[in-house]
Amino acid sequence: MAATQVNPTRMELTRQKKKLATARKGHKLLKDKRDELMRQFLDLVRENMALRQKVEAGIQAANKNFVVAKAGMSEETLHTALMAPKQEVYLETDKKNVMSVDIPVFEYKTRTADENDIYSYGFAFTSSDLDDAVKSLADILPEMLRLAEAEKACQLMAAEIEKTRRRVNALEHVIIPQAQANIKYITMKLDENERSTQIRLMKVKDMMLEEAHHYKEKQAAKA
Amino acid sequence: MYKIAVMGAYDSIYGFAALGLDTFPVSDIQEGEKLLRRIAEGDYAVIYITEALAADLKHEISRYQEQVVPAIIQIPGVSGNTGAGITGVKKSVEQAVGSDILFGDN
Repeated sequence: MAATQVNPTRMELTRQKKKLATARKGHKLLKDKRDELMRQFLDLVRENMALRQKVEAGIQAANKNFVVAKAGMSEETLHTALMAPKQEVYLETDKKNVMSVDIPVFEYKTRTADENDIYSYGFAFTSSDLDDAVKSLADILPEMLRLAEAEKACQLMAAEIEKTRRRVNALEHVIIPQAQANIKYITMKLDENERSTQIRLMKVKDMMLEEAHHYKEKQAAKA
Repeated sequence: MYKIAVMGAYDSIYGFAALGLDTFPVSDIQEGEKLLRRIAEGDYAVIYITEALAADLKHEISRYQEQVVPAIIQIPGVSGNTGAGITGVKKSVEQAVGSDILFGDN
């Protein structure tokens, strides 16, 4: 039962056979790709989850510290203290190719050589709680960047895995069975044609012999 | 050379300024949408966005989901953790595996 109409010719048969071979090879390769992507993805997503839990806890703790700091001084002082940051963070991005998925790699650089140079204010007018708050946030920053890297990689890989899985399934359940059915149909049809040609030839031969030797008449005369 | 942006309600993000990240306080959604688009097309490789704001800008964020940069990462705001970040991770597991086999129980 071929879903699509194919011409039962030898040329078409060769074409379908080639198609089947390619599809089988592609299916195997894509399946390997999917398995490897999945393995790496599972490792990465576990790391992602752990980082996320850590970062969320860290940020929450920092936020608490900031609330305490805010309570201890006037809003204006706080604004002024954080208005002109001393430090700046730059990112160098690179791409890493994992099974044909480009995932980002971030490397961060700070403007001043000392990464801990984060207090952009004099200590005279601000409460020490603010120092603690800023410090707690600074401590979590490397993890936040790692999280950004891991989470983006997970998103990209998840999309790629989904795509690959669909391709594998399409090959396995549609393309390959279809080609097989086509091949079967064409072979049957060709065999059938051959048989009918054979029979026709036999019939024609019988008729020609009959015409030459008149077997039937001779048989009738004998009887 | 890329930079890092932080978006959200002012109270949730002002601390990041001290670390040298660029903070973008957002108070209304439409302004946030425009701002996000501008930031994402600028030199920012990582955009941290509070979960509360991210919930309102879902549509805009999903446009950048399949690009390598910027990475848009949700962080909890000052008012607490909505769990949207964790849900995001679970969702990508679901997308890849078909169902959440890793973190389904927590």
